[in-house]
Order: sequence, then structure tokens, then C-alpha cells
Amino acid sequence: MWGSNAREAHPIFFHHALAGVRNGAKMIAVDPRRSQTAKFADLWMGLNVGTDIALANGVGKYILDNNLQNDEFIAHSTQNIDEYRESIEEWTLARTSEVTGLPEYAIAELAETYATAESAQICWTLGITEHHTGAENVMALCNLSLLTGHVGRYGSGLVPVRGQNNVQGGGDMGALPNKLTGFQDVANDEIRAKFEAAWDCTIPATPGKHLTLMFEAMEKGELTTVFCIGENPADSEADINHARALLTGLDMLVVQDIFLTRTAELADVVLPASAGWAEAEGTVTNSERRVQRVRKALDPPGDAKDDLEIINMIAERMQPGWGNPSPEEMWDELRTVSPMHTGMSWERLEDEGGLQWPCPTLDHPGTLYLHGWLWEDDLGGREPAPFTVNVWRPHVDELNDDYPLLMTTGRVLDSYNTGVQSDGYNSPIRSGEALDMSPTDAERLGLATGDRAEVSSRRATIEMSIRVQPDLPEGLCFTTYHFADTTDTNQLTIEAWDKKSGTAEFKATAINVKPLVAA
Amino acid sequence: MPEIAVTAATATDEERNAVADSVLLQNPGQISFEAAGPALTFDGDRVARGGQERIFNRRHLLLPVLHDVRDAIGWLSEGAINEISTTLQVPPAEVYGVASFYELFTFEAPSAPDALHVCDDTACRIKGANELKGELSADGHNVHGSPCLGLCEQAPAVFVQRTGEAHVSVRSATKESVEAALGGAMTNPVAPVPQSSEDLTLLRRVHDAAAVDYDGYVATGGYEALAKAVAMSPAEVVTHVGNAGLTGRGGAAFPTGFKWSAVAGEPGPRHLVINADESEPGTFKDRVIMEHDPYSLIEAMTIGGYAMGAEQGWIYIRGEYPEATRQLKSAIAEARSKGMLGDNVGGHNFRFDIELRLGAGAYICGEETALLNSIEGYRGEPRNKPPFPTTHGLFGQPTAINNVETMVNVNQIMLLGGDEYAAIGTEKSTGTKLFCLSGHVANPGVYEVTYGATLREVIDLAGGATGNLKSILMGGAAGSFISTDMLDVPLTIEDSRENGFSLGSGVVMLLNDTVDYDDFVARIAQFFREESCGQCVPCRVGTVRQGESLLRIREKGAPIETERKMLDDFAMVMKDSSICGLGHTASGAILSAIDLGLIGGQP
Amino acid sequence: MTFVDIPVEIRSKVTVSVDGEAVEVLEGDTILDACTKAGKITPTVCYGPTVTPVNACRVCVVELEGARTLVPSCSRPAEEGMVVKTDTERVTNNRKMVLEFLATSSDVSQSEEIQGWLGEYGADLDRYDPATTERMTDEVKIEDDLYIRAYDRCVLCYKCVEACGEDAQWTFAIAMSGRGFNNRISTEFDVTLPDSACVYCGNCVAVCPTNALQFKTEFDLRKMGDWRPEDQTVTRTVCSYCGVGCNLDLHVQDNSIVKVDSPMDHSITSGNLCVKGRFGYQYVQNRPAE
Repeated sequence: MWGSNAREAHPIFFHHALAGVRNGAKMIAVDPRRSQTAKFADLWMGLNVGTDIALANGVGKYILDNNLQNDEFIAHSTQNIDEYRESIEEWTLARTSEVTGLPEYAIAELAETYATAESAQICWTLGITEHHTGAENVMALCNLSLLTGHVGRYGSGLVPVRGQNNVQGGGDMGALPNKLTGFQDVANDEIRAKFEAAWDCTIPATPGKHLTLMFEAMEKGELTTVFCIGENPADSEADINHARALLTGLDMLVVQDIFLTRTAELADVVLPASAGWAEAEGTVTNSERRVQRVRKALDPPGDAKDDLEIINMIAERMQPGWGNPSPEEMWDELRTVSPMHTGMSWERLEDEGGLQWPCPTLDHPGTLYLHGWLWEDDLGGREPAPFTVNVWRPHVDELNDDYPLLMTTGRVLDSYNTGVQSDGYNSPIRSGEALDMSPTDAERLGLATGDRAEVSSRRATIEMSIRVQPDLPEGLCFTTYHFADTTDTNQLTIEAWDKKSGTAEFKATAINVKPLVAA
Repeated sequence: MPEIAVTAATATDEERNAVADSVLLQNPGQISFEAAGPALTFDGDRVARGGQERIFNRRHLLLPVLHDVRDAIGWLSEGAINEISTTLQVPPAEVYGVASFYELFTFEAPSAPDALHVCDDTACRIKGANELKGELSADGHNVHGSPCLGLCEQAPAVFVQRTGEAHVSVRSATKESVEAALGGAMTNPVAPVPQSSEDLTLLRRVHDAAAVDYDGYVATGGYEALAKAVAMSPAEVVTHVGNAGLTGRGGAAFPTGFKWSAVAGEPGPRHLVINADESEPGTFKDRVIMEHDPYSLIEAMTIGGYAMGAEQGWIYIRGEYPEATRQLKSAIAEARSKGMLGDNVGGHNFRFDIELRLGAGAYICGEETALLNSIEGYRGEPRNKPPFPTTHGLFGQPTAINNVETMVNVNQIMLLGGDEYAAIGTEKSTGTKLFCLSGHVANPGVYEVTYGATLREVIDLAGGATGNLKSILMGGAAGSFISTDMLDVPLTIEDSRENGFSLGSGVVMLLNDTVDYDDFVARIAQFFREESCGQCVPCRVGTVRQGESLLRIREKGAPIETERKMLDDFAMVMKDSSICGLGHTASGAILSAIDLGLIGGQP
Repeated sequence: MTFVDIPVEIRSKVTVSVDGEAVEVLEGDTILDACTKAGKITPTVCYGPTVTPVNACRVCVVELEGARTLVPSCSRPAEEGMVVKTDTERVTNNRKMVLEFLATSSDVSQSEEIQGWLGEYGADLDRYDPATTERMTDEVKIEDDLYIRAYDRCVLCYKCVEACGEDAQWTFAIAMSGRGFNNRISTEFDVTLPDSACVYCGNCVAVCPTNALQFKTEFDLRKMGDWRPEDQTVTRTVCSYCGVGCNLDLHVQDNSIVKVDSPMDHSITSGNLCVKGRFGYQYVQNRPAE
């Protein structure tokens, strides 16, 4: 478990991991915090925030130095090993230990345990991706699976666990700047032609912008109108004050949501939507690429309408429109243009409790794991998988005497993102927003649990409660952003973002904490 | 484990130290596990080592740690439970669940540091136990009624559970002797074996005070049996035990040779566990062996370990046997220092060591799988069988479980050879048998007779009944009452079975016509109600319902016919559908008492 | 290259006789599976498809040739050649007694199944004199807005303990405590759930056979006499929190979700959810007063 607190963020996924533990599996947790997940681990390694590439490269070097790699697999299924080997030359145990803050024996133990296991998985979530080097962090972990052959086989693999119920489905449906439905490349003329024929329209060949680039475009005045569906950037973006200013400055902001969110409050037009999971029909795709049906159990309140219906109505106004097809009809249309979904009939989705793509034909059982081609004699006709070179760069928000503490963010069990949904029920285990702090730091600052403090970053200053938390190493603070109404954590976070994925570096903010004396 | 989330209660320094000391000091006799210590360790604030395997390897420390903390502090506070919980990484609800299973642990600060457990069970009940309990309570002592303490021959008995000091059992107790024990007077047990040494085989050393020391034991032929055993192959030893026809003396009479060869045939590691949780009311023979001839048990176990290739031996002794515990503890330590336990036993190139574990007041832990759960640090609830312990025993590994008396017979088998041993007794009941005579008998105590002796002969050995003998409780609470018509039945497994009773653990409790049978039988019902582990519905509820039925007969004049029908139904479901022997036998004594007309007004 | 595919578990078949009928089941299946396959309806209380059988209730007992006592069908693996009888007087009488024991010690009125079996097996509860028959009389524990614990309904089947423990949740907030008839499912020192390790996944509620553990919504509606299962719809959908894709069965009465559970036979959840999935639905029905 590398940069994942699945115990709290993905509890039912973690049940499956625990079933493995019950059967004797070993678990190593790599996380700056000794999280609830890490508490189950045989070994917890509390690395410095943002040193994942250093650790992964160090582990890679140890594996190679000690000849623990899978040479047969490397020769048959991969390429660029020499470049990779050269690129991690500097990551001796000593150097890795210096950068990550971990003892050398622990790094060696991680490498040996992973490399010598019969099967092994690396699971991660936002602890890996919410960095300015997010994509490279992922690639650095992929290198380890290529070194050892722990990929493309039953029981082994790389497991990024999705944070939202349909973030995978959004991608499946083509809600990515550079992809059409079914992850088909928008720049590919042949594919575009297929879609243009099916949809009877012209599709631009240039990729669009992802969210972070959109904000940049707003800043430059290139983007003046935004239609925002089911997203609350006015609470969830890093450096939130800046983001809010940009949204406010738009010529036109249309927000379609189930609540009057902070973003909706800034909008010119608000389109009230129904809750997709309980008030509408459709599908979602989960982390394991399983497409499943969502169904309507409740009538939505007031004039709220199904997202699809709203979009249909907008299309209607734009003329000529496309009528008001049922979800099943839309799904069937999708199956004609997305080969990975073609075998998933509506009936099969109903009867089989969901199907995992790719599922190209009606008699295809769905695909349990990807990348099995790596083990085929001809690699399924593909190129060998490349090792990548990933250079460690420290987090952007530097620590200095003015901002001596590092703040990282994450979720807690009973809450979710900006709290729009999870605030709706009375959780007996909810303890509210606070800045978690190690006992050493708290003592140095003269703070105790429950004390109020002024927390500043280079961008803003807010007031927070302090909670002393022995699971944090010295120098590290932790908080969530579930309670934006009371504590606007994202005023503090940095806008630095990963050029490949567009993800902001929520995991590393340099802060200063000053006790507030009770008035 | 998840985060061990404990309540806000924290341990006192004393409690904290008691937990830390206990965890570090456990396991002198362990060879199957890594060293003790906390289940979770930190290296600075960046590395923690924990995980299921470490927790699993320490879970069995739970009961010993609970004992140590109780003995140091006098009770188990919420803070202490929390400290144990975080140290062993066992969730607090489970620690509490386990601790609250046992009678000897309490969770509120006691009125006095030392607790007095006054036996008010069968044998002591007819020897003034209730009166003694009343006197001690009136004096403001911290008094608890107790099920049988295994001191029936010296009734009434009191177990003095002290705090910060050694526990003591007070025999033939009076208020004065109990108060002396509270002041530190120790008990120096004398073997309650009226037969002379020439008439004894298994018990031949009990009159020799020197035999409790290693040299004394060796001087009286000790370790000769082991020498004979190691001269053979392990398989040959098992064959001798099989040929001897040795059967379990704890009550079930299962052939020991079968058990041993089954365990020897399973892949290791294997365990040998001795059931010394002698708690059947009226039973005290194992106590006498352990108090007066502890090495005989150690030697026999060593032979068993050799024969089955079991490197780890365990003795699970009931917590109310302080003197026997001390003897065994010192004998194990001395045997180890003499090289007779450890990595190379007696230079014979095999490993065997013994870990002594204490029960904490739970009759059910005498059930072999409950005993295993108790050692492992779980509630002493019996397991479902199959699988049997011979394949899935302690820690899921192959395990032979034998009773103390059964085990010491192995020495005799080695000395004689299996066939020769089999010639003793009857065809189906071989060897000698220990009987525990108590109640209205002239010379209560343990008697060793060759299988085949009649009940009358055994009673005569003990000087006969006192008063007008009315019935005999055979086999303890789990046995049955028989009438004096049965006096000429030979006490063998087959003859007793044929006559509708069981020898069980060898209890022969004589009851004359002064006994208040309503009260006596009600106590047996209470015993089962209190000792049922409560896991399965038939026993958890059945033991309560049968007590209620007796109450209706006794106090409400309910018609015996109606109640008898209900009692029969209760008995049926307990016998047919309970998980373990406790439920199977919980109604036997009660129904037999009605059948014999001892209660309920008519036969 | 050696391609290692999904290991296929090969289970041989065993044939068992159930009331004279030969039934073929797979190795590792239980006698209960064989009985079910033979079309026998076997009462069970402590058995659950997603929890390790503790076989504490003993209501599923059957006669097995060669066994001295009856055996619990829910946990006894079927073996080749076993001869099982379920329709004998002995089996019926034992089941009847177990049911009498359950119904005289706990309030099983909210378990339709148990109520049905009581009638079917001819349990005679009237012969137990209420004045001398001890019952579980615990008061209902209401400690939060999510669920209640009514231990006077508890039959001590251990399922909630198993679900809270290694069978699913690994929280271990509750355990069996005490002994015998005084056994209780309890937190340490019986502290309240909010003070315990409980994380409110409600997986204990999901497996409770007698409604001793109940959603607060259900408890409140029952109290008001407004719990109307016949008017409820159950709709299967997917949880909106996180990307695991847990299936939810939404029980809806009067356009309000009153209870959430998850299918026991779905590979993602095996009937288990987290606090958000089971209780986090409220936001869709915190509607402004009309």
C-alpha cells in the first residue's frame, strides 16, 4: 500500500486486502502518516512527503544490485532497462535513506519482500498522484513491477484505486481532453472519422483542456464561458481564493449540480440535477473497470432533473437536437462506437452484476486483469513495455524558517471530498476539521488538542483547531478538506500541478502554525 | 490489526509495569515461537513493525498476562485492559470478552485485596461449606462462592487468591485457618492417599517427600521409563502404548495409542498438551500426582514428545491449584537445568520442552478444544469437531491431549512393556485406576486399584461409608447417582457402561441419608448453569431451564410428571445437539436423582 | 514465457444420501448445501453465507449415520457416502427444542423466519411458566442516529461479532463477553458504541437475524407504528462514494430511503458496506419542508 489510506478512503476494497492478510499475505505500507491502513501493515515506512520517486528508484537499484529482478521477463517483455539502470545509479541505500528519511534496512526489506514474493501488488491512490510529479511517481512504481514481473498476472499487478464512483466511467465515456469514448485517441483520423460518421458532426482534432489548464485559460482570458457539471471547483481546487476569483470573473458560468454548491453560488445559471446514483438510470464504472447499473429509487425533489435529460434539453434548444433517448438506448449507441464495451448488453449488465472491460463480444466474460499480453510469446503483437526514467524533484512549496511545517491532506472514513454529500448524515465518529500535528511539534509550539491556531501558507492564513496525533512524524501535519464551510483548507494549498495529469500538489503545503491565545 | 482504539482510561504505573514485565517474562519454555515482547514496535517516528503474524504469535500471552496483572493489582481495571490491549495488539473488546469468561478475574476494585473462593460445591456442601462462607462473609472478607476446588477429601476448602503474594489453598478450612492463610501461612500438602506404597503403582512415590526433587525422583527409579523409551524408535513407543490398551482417564476413555499414532502421522510441528484442568466436582487425583510426584508427569510427557515427534509440551492446570502449580513450575525449571528438557533432552538427540499454563476458573476449559482455545488466548469455548485436535489442534497444528493420570501410565507402560501392561486389569480396561473417594466415607482420598475391583471393594478400602449410605455420585456432576444395588459392579469401563453409569474421572462420592438431595441436586444444576460457556443454544438455555424446572418441583410443588417431561426434553436436546460434552452430560445426574427417587417425591 | 493464468480450483464431487436420495455436491460443500440441493428447507439462525459458521444455534442439526449425536449441517463438510436424515422425529424434536429455547430466552418476534419455524416445528411455548423462566431483559441501547442495539432480541448467534471481526470488517469493536446465560455481545466494559472502536459500517446490522441490531430509521418507524415493509420498494444501485463500486439495495418507503443493505452474493461487497455507503444517503432526502 503506497500512498493509499484505503482503510478509510476505500473500506470495501480494503476488506479484500484484509482477506489476503488473513490468508497470510504480507502488507507493507509506505505513507508519511502511520495511517489507519498502515496500522495493519507488517512494516510501515513513513517516508518524507514527495520522495516517492527517490524510494522507488532506491528499491529498483537494490533489486538490481542484489540480482532479485526477473531477467526472463525483462528480456522478453520490456525495453529500456539499460537507460533505467543508469538513471537510478545514484539511488544507493545511503542516498535513498537520506532523501526519504527512512532507515536503509527498511528500504532493503521492502525491495526484498516485493521482489521475492510469489505474487505482489502495488496499490496506490492520491498519495502518489497528488504531487507535481504525480505521473512520474506512477511511472516509477510501474518500473518496479516491470523489474520483477509482478504485472499482468493473476494476483500481481498495479492497482490505482479510484477516488470517485465514476471517475473511471467518465474516462470510459470520453470525458478526457484527448480521448473519445472508449479511450480512443481524438488525434487519430480514422477514429475521428468513425465517430463523425456515427454522430453526424465534425470533431476537432486538437485535444481540449483539462481542469487545471482551463483555469490557466481563464487567467489568460482565453476561456470566458464554463458549463460545470457535478464538480465543485470553488471548494476543491488548490489555492482556492485564486480559483474563486477566476470563476467569478467569467462572462458566463453555468452550473449543473444537485446542490447549490459554492461554485453554484457563483453561477449565472444553475441547473438543478437529480442524484445520479439514486434518482436516475444509467451506468457507472468502478476501479476494477466494472461497468454496473445505477437505478432510480427515489423521485428527485422539486424541478430537479436527470443529468441526461438536462443535456438532452440543451441539445434540443441548440437544434436539431437528438430527442430524449432512454439510458438504454444511449448505452446501445455507445456500444457501436466503443469496442471495449460492445459485448456489454444492457441485459448482461443486469444479469451478471456488472462486467469488466474490455468486453468486445456478447460471449466475452469480461477481463479480470489487464496487461496479460506481457506474458504472451508474441506480446500480443505489441511493443515491449518501456522502463521510464523518472527524476526525483522535491515538492514545490519549500520549507524554511517562515514555513517550517509540511501539511498534507486526505480523507477520513465517514466523510467525502468537500462534504457536500457526507455532511448530510449525523456520523457518530465525525470529529470535525482540525489540523493534526505530531506530539513533538505540538509540544514545541505549546499546543494541545482542542487549542485554536492560526495556520498560514504562502497563499493564505486560516484559523484551525489542533489535534495532537501520535501517528504523525515530526514536521508533518495533516488535515482534510471535508469541512469547507468551517475550515477552508484549500485556501492554503498550492496550485503547483503536474504537467502530465493536471493534478495539483495537494499533498505538500509549507505552513506555519501560531497558537491563538483564547480571548 | 486495526488501530487499537481504547477508551480514555489509562493504566496506573503499577499496572503498566505489570503488563510490561509480564510480556517480557513469558515463555521460558517456548521453543515454537519467537521471543515475546510487544506486538508492535517502533523505530523512531518513521518505521513501525507490526502485522498479523506478530500479533498471532503473541495472542497466546493474553491469559498469562491477565493473570499477572490480576495477581499484581488484585483486579482488572479498564486502564489495565487498555494497556494489555495495546501491548498485545488485541482489541479491547476481545480482551474484555476473554477476561470476563473466567471466574478468577474481576473488573471492579475489590473490597479487600485478597479474594476468598469458598467451595460450596457437592462434597464441601455436605461438610459445612455454606456455614464457613457465612462466617467469613460476616467478618467482612471478600468472599466468593466457588465450584469444586478439587480438595474434596479435605472439605471444606478455600482458595485464597492473594494480591502481590502467592495464592494458597486452605484444606479442611476453618475461619481461623483461612485468616492465617490471608496472613501468609502456606499450605504444606500431605498426600491424601491412605494406601501404603507397596499397594500403589502410579502413586508409589506420593509418600516419599524427597520425590518432588529431581535427585529424589531419580533415586526412586525416575527417568528409567524414558531410558527405555529412547532405546526404542518413536514408532515402537507408540506401538507399546497402543498394545497396552491404555485409555483416557479423564472421562472419555478414548484409546491413547490411537491418538498418539494419529498425531505422529501428521506433518509437524506437533504439540502434546496435558489437561490438568481437573474441575469435575469430586475429582482430585491429578492434583495429588502433581503435588507429590510432578516429575512423573514431566517424564511421561517427555516420552510422549519423543514418541510423537512433538517438541512442545503444554500443561494446562486449573488456576485454583496453587500448590500443584508451584511443584510443577519448580520441577520443570529443574528438569530444564538438568538438561532433561530443552534442545537435547538427556543427550538423546531430541528436543522437548514444557510450557505451564494456568486456567482462570472455567470448568469448560477441561473440554479439550476449549482448553486449546484458552491457551491460544481466546475464550474457552469448545470447537466443533471434526476436525479433531489430532489434525487441527493447538494453533491449528496436530496435537495430542492427555489427562494427567492417563499420561503417567505411560511411564508404567515403558517399564513393563505394552503387552505386560495390558495383562493388568480386565481385557477391556487395562492397568490401574485412581478413584477419588469423598463425601460420607471413613477415609476420603485417592485410591489406586486394578481395574476389575468392585465398587464395594473400593469403598471398603476407604474404610466404608459413614452413616446410612443412600446413594453414590459416580463420575462427578457430569456422572450420575447410583443406588447401593450397584455396590458389586466391577469398576471397569465396560461393566459401568453396562449398568448405565460412567466412571468418568473416577469420582466416588458417598452420600448418606442425611443429605438434603433437593439442595444437592440444585447445586449440580447451578454448577452446569454457571459453567456452561453459553456458546450453543441447547446448553446455554438448557442448563438454565433444567434448574428452573427443579426449582418449580422443589419450591412451587409443580407436578413431577409435567416437569419430568420437560426435563426429558431438555436432556434430549442437550445430549443430541450441544457442541460438547458439557451439554451432553449436564442432565445425567439430575435425571438419575429423579429416577432413584432422591428428589421429586417418587421414583 | 510461462503464462500464469487464474488458478482454477478443482473440487471433486461427493455423493451424500439425504433422506434416501443421492445428492451430488462439491468437496468442501456442507451437509446444508446437500440438504438444500435435495430440496430440504433447513432452518438456520447463526448461519450466514458471508460469515464463518460458529454453529452455535444448532437449529440446523441433522442425523448423520455413525454419529452419536446430531450434527450441525451448516458447518459439517459433506463427505463421500454420508447418510443424512432430516425428516426423523429425533431431528424434528431437537429443532423444536432449540426453537423453544430461542423463543423463551429472547424476543424473536421481529424474525419472520423464526416465527414461521416455531409454528412448523410445533414449538410449545405455553408450557414455560413465565414467572420462573429467565429471559434476556436488556434495555435497548440508543446511542446515536444510525443504529440501535436491542439485546433482549439477541440470540447470541455471533454473526455480528464475526462481521465486525475477521470475516469482514476487522474492527473488533464488539465481542462475546461473560459466560453461559450471562453471555452478551459487548464492547469492552460495555462502553457505548461511540466510545468504542466502532466505525459504524453497520455490517453487524446486516447479518443480525432477529433485528436486535436495527437501523435507527427502522426503529423509529416501528415505534411510530409506521414501518410498512409491504409498501417498500428495494432498488439496487451503486454507491456514490469512492470508486469501489459497492452495490446498494435501497429500501424506500414513501419516497424516503429507510434502510440500505448490499447483496450478500455480489463479489465486491459480500453484503458489507462502510459508514458512507450504508448511512451516507441522507443528503438526497434532506429536503426542505414543504
